[in-house]
Amino acid sequence: MALAMSNFGQDVSLFFIEDGVLQLIKQQTSHKIQHKAYHKTFGALTIYDIDNIYVCQQSLLERGLTATDLTIAVTLIEPDQLSALIAKNDQVMVF
Amino acid sequence: MSSFTLLVTSAPYSSQSAYSAYRFALAAVELKHHIKGIFFYQDGTLNGSALQLMASDEFDLHNAWKKISAAHNIPLLVCVSAATKRGIINANDAEDCDQVHHSLSDEFQSVGLGDLAILLANSDRLVQF
Repeated sequence: MALAMSNFGQDVSLFFIEDGVLQLIKQQTSHKIQHKAYHKTFGALTIYDIDNIYVCQQSLLERGLTATDLTIAVTLIEPDQLSALIAKNDQVMVF
Repeated sequence: MSSFTLLVTSAPYSSQSAYSAYRFALAAVELKHHIKGIFFYQDGTLNGSALQLMASDEFDLHNAWKKISAAHNIPLLVCVSAATKRGIINANDAEDCDQVHHSLSDEFQSVGLGDLAILLANSDRLVQF
């Protein structure tokens, strides 16, 4: 979705919060459960000029993760920064 | 007057969400707002199935989508890749893939995510259900 929106000229920010942060884990062997290596496509985000990639620090902490466990470079944010950052966007989708 | 795009990611009847989307659309057009389009994504694509048979004493959401679309010229758009993997395919795609049946109603269009981007660019607000 982010890639498609960016492709059509939208200025996209991505927020990974709660279990959403698990998508970004570097060490995934998705083929063992017959899934595509979806996490590898996150590398395409910067190619599509999507540089505002925010990850909730608290969500990482609660799941025993740090930024070094993630497959791409991200901006870590605190929960209290979230609403102000989301408010900068005209439209919001939640998955 | 405002313009809206609705994003429906919920299946009919599994939760209230798709019905709420319909009620929102109805309320919006009654107040003369403009619904630019309704985009069905993920489980929401199941709303496009023509093979839904409702008991006569229950609300027929599928038929309601078709009526509001026709009455107010609101496009009903279904993400083709999300729909296809859920068995929601139009006649052309069914034929191309040698499938005997198709399931997407003629009133719904199979489109890509780019069409959602175009709707968003032309709408004041996006509301997701």
